[in-house]
Amino acid sequence: MITFQINDTPVEAEPGWTVLETARHYGIEIPTLCYHEAVSPSGACRLCMVELRDGDWSKLVASCIFPVAEGIRIYTETERIDNVRRWIFEMLLAEVPASPEIREMATQYGVESTRFSVKDPDEDCMVCGLCTRACEEIVGLSAISLMSRGVHKKVGAPFSRPTEVCVACGCCVTICPTGAMRRLIESVRETPEVTLTPLAV
Amino acid sequence: MLQQAEILESVLERYPSKPEYLIFMLQDIQADCGYIAPESMEIICEHANVPITQGYSVATFYQSFRLEPQGEHEIKVCLGTACHLKGGERLVENLERKLDIHRGETTEDMMFTLNTVNCLGACAMAPVAVVDDEYISSTTPAKLDKSLKAAQQQ
Amino acid sequence: MMTGNTALQSETHRLTSWEDLHALQQQIIEAHDPNQSRIVVCHGTGCMANGSAKITRAFQEALEASNIEAKVMPGIKTTGCQGLCAHGPLVQINPQGLFYSRVKPSDVEEIIQKTIVEKKPIERLLYKDPDTGEAHHTEADIPFYKLQHRLILKNIGKIDPTDIHDKITAGGYQALAKALFTMTPEEVVAEIEKSGLRGRGGAGFPAGRKWRGALAAVKKKGGPVYVVVNGDEGDPGAFMDGSIMDGDPHAVLEGLIIGAYALGAEKGYLYVRAEYPLAIKHLDLAMQQAREYGLLGENILNTGFSFDAQINRGAGAFVCGESTALFTSIEGKPGNPRPKYVRSVEEGLWGKPTVLNNVETWANVPLIIEKGADWYSSIGVPHSTGTKVFCLVGKVKNVGLVEVPMGTSLSTIVEKIGGGVPSGKPFKAVQTGGPSGGCLPYESRDLPVDFDSLTKAGSMMGSGAMIVMDEHDCVVDVARYFLRFLEEESCGKCLPCRLGLTRMREILDNFSHGIGSEKDIEDLQSLSKAVQDGALCALGTSAPNPCLTTLKFFKDEYVAHVRDQKCPAGVCKDLITYYIDPDACTGCRTCAKQCPQECITGEKKKPHVIDADNCIRCGICMETCKFGAVLVQ
Repeated sequence: MITFQINDTPVEAEPGWTVLETARHYGIEIPTLCYHEAVSPSGACRLCMVELRDGDWSKLVASCIFPVAEGIRIYTETERIDNVRRWIFEMLLAEVPASPEIREMATQYGVESTRFSVKDPDEDCMVCGLCTRACEEIVGLSAISLMSRGVHKKVGAPFSRPTEVCVACGCCVTICPTGAMRRLIESVRETPEVTLTPLAV
Repeated sequence: MLQQAEILESVLERYPSKPEYLIFMLQDIQADCGYIAPESMEIICEHANVPITQGYSVATFYQSFRLEPQGEHEIKVCLGTACHLKGGERLVENLERKLDIHRGETTEDMMFTLNTVNCLGACAMAPVAVVDDEYISSTTPAKLDKSLKAAQQQ
Repeated sequence: MMTGNTALQSETHRLTSWEDLHALQQQIIEAHDPNQSRIVVCHGTGCMANGSAKITRAFQEALEASNIEAKVMPGIKTTGCQGLCAHGPLVQINPQGLFYSRVKPSDVEEIIQKTIVEKKPIERLLYKDPDTGEAHHTEADIPFYKLQHRLILKNIGKIDPTDIHDKITAGGYQALAKALFTMTPEEVVAEIEKSGLRGRGGAGFPAGRKWRGALAAVKKKGGPVYVVVNGDEGDPGAFMDGSIMDGDPHAVLEGLIIGAYALGAEKGYLYVRAEYPLAIKHLDLAMQQAREYGLLGENILNTGFSFDAQINRGAGAFVCGESTALFTSIEGKPGNPRPKYVRSVEEGLWGKPTVLNNVETWANVPLIIEKGADWYSSIGVPHSTGTKVFCLVGKVKNVGLVEVPMGTSLSTIVEKIGGGVPSGKPFKAVQTGGPSGGCLPYESRDLPVDFDSLTKAGSMMGSGAMIVMDEHDCVVDVARYFLRFLEEESCGKCLPCRLGLTRMREILDNFSHGIGSEKDIEDLQSLSKAVQDGALCALGTSAPNPCLTTLKFFKDEYVAHVRDQKCPAGVCKDLITYYIDPDACTGCRTCAKQCPQECITGEKKKPHVIDADNCIRCGICMETCKFGAVLVQ
């Protein structure tokens, strides 16, 4: 067992656990968007940032990928973390205004409105990549992937055309935290009706 | 089409069937054909042993790959820092107006493709533009005009 | 391109001992008549862009057509970047070492007749000091070179990078032989550690500690171990690594082979930016030649040590300069950085221990091995040893490649070596470290340029770009430029970078239009902090630096944009007006003819007027006016 501290309270973790896994084990709340136990973590949404302190030195790390180590001191609610989270939520409100899930989560963290301009009022995909990881790691097909880069990054099938590779298992729809995949799968699969098969997770 | 098939075959011959050669093959096919057609992509991905999504992700991630046929002549305007300070952006804007296309696009007659690059390493000659493979140093709209006309007459 | 020793080149054979290497070196030196004239043409990217290939061709044709005796027939040599790009194309005539600048093909006949045959310099072509007008005959006389300490650049501009014989004459591969025949791998690592060499790619991590870490990882987890050259120099305004690779490719290769020996690597990768076709070509040729001589590949110099390397061409992604993104790219995937809380010396390429160093770092390795760690660490300052190559660009007289000992002051580099701002006024700011670095104001001119001093000042060494700005450069515009660049280059994986850079840039866009408040400036700082703290890789965490440092040193200029709707530098389009000075305008109509809006009017030979309402501020009138009559307000 590895012993360390979260918010000044000693905790124990199995070797190989991440800080997030330990925190959840102890019921300590850390928000996440791109994390799901069923697929490998990607450390992309940065909502799960926690502060690692050593004396006067400190830095923020993504708890979903940060491995536990003996004696480290972790804090889950600090001014720096709050600053990162609030800005991410405020930006997400403008980026994916059509997602009630994100709005609810933002409200929980005290962000009700955004100062930024909305590009597409119907957008609900924030490109967290859970769907593509599920398709690759759970289904083993990689029918969809993340295409382009930067601000243009989006989810889809090659050449933005429907693909034969997709078997309409619905795994991506199930794992999507905002429901965007319900809409997106129509562009991936020629026949829009998707029969959901139970997940083995 | 036969020609493209031959090119493809010779590209595949050059590399072992491994994912790490995917980018090499895409680069080679683009160098010879000017762009990567969907059919070439499928065959290359199969040879590299990767799902076609990986090939497509790669081709849309890196700036140098093109998935559509390009114009006969390529204009590259450098927007590195030195070129920016010396008016590279204005050169691009003037070209966009003149050719009636945006950066990254090709004119309707397939004559010119306008691209921007982030530093060609010829900072002393800023602003720099390249028409096909010809460098223009201390570029002005008038100098560009001349080069475009020369390229068109070739 | 060599005409001097073609006979030797055909006698290629594998070298099997250090004595062999010495013998070959002697043989090449003896075959060359030191009194024979040699025309050395710079084929660096800058001079090539200025037409130096045409000059080389003109020399070849003129020499073929001439009736010069075979005995005095000069050889022609083409080299990598000679450094003083602003005065290119550069041609040097040896053995006199005459340094000709701004040579045109029409000068070629005269050079052959006067300088080669009659052995006289041509005054007109000599480099002249821009301030004093004094003509300098040789490179060593020119202040630009005199004040430098060229170790990495020593051979660049002197040797033909496509000819291994030139490199061997200059002492190439002696360090490799010394390491292989007189040192254990452990001793090589210890020597690098002792030298204090820090990575030249950006963060300045001690190279020796990195190597040591990889050795420990191999011991713990087993091999193989990989060595990688990061030649994905993407900083806009930086071309030193490109110049090293195309001007002295064997230096990088030799460093890499020594590293492979020290670490026990059998395979190496050179990841080179696609925008550097010349570097790729020369490295490829260098590797072929090194293989032929038994300096690369199986059983190097018959020592039983085998190592080979391959070149991976980048495909156009700045983020691939980040080590983990570079690894994923070599593996054939999109260059997304990996979330890294494991060091790449432990889990790098294909999850194996990997030592990745930048081009200049690798090129330092043979120097350290050949001359010793003590010699090396005597150059520079205690925590930043050795020299650093900088790319001096922007509003500076001597644009080019500069190498100085670490700790040299900013003013020595910019004002003494660089010659300062062309207008003669003091510089306004210097951006060091590229898009991830920061802007230093004129007040920082005494700052010693080394890793720690730059970081303390809020900037960073980066790869070594130095962009000089004068009073006509707007800091809001520069911060906006770098953000736009990084926004385009962001891989888009993590939210703070993908969303944050766009939103920061939008705030700056507004400033450049005169929209915003002092509260927005505060918000910009707070968002910058969130991106610094939250982003996944170094591209994101360092992206706010230009913004934060310009806010620190030039806040007044930001305030002028949002409070007074003024761009003091006269750059931000929406805040400026073009007008014609009636006293200077001759009424030549050139501007009126060029204006795409046709908004310049006036009678011929009488002062013209710009209709500000229709003007789109494209600046063509200002560029075309030969009388300086178009001004900005």
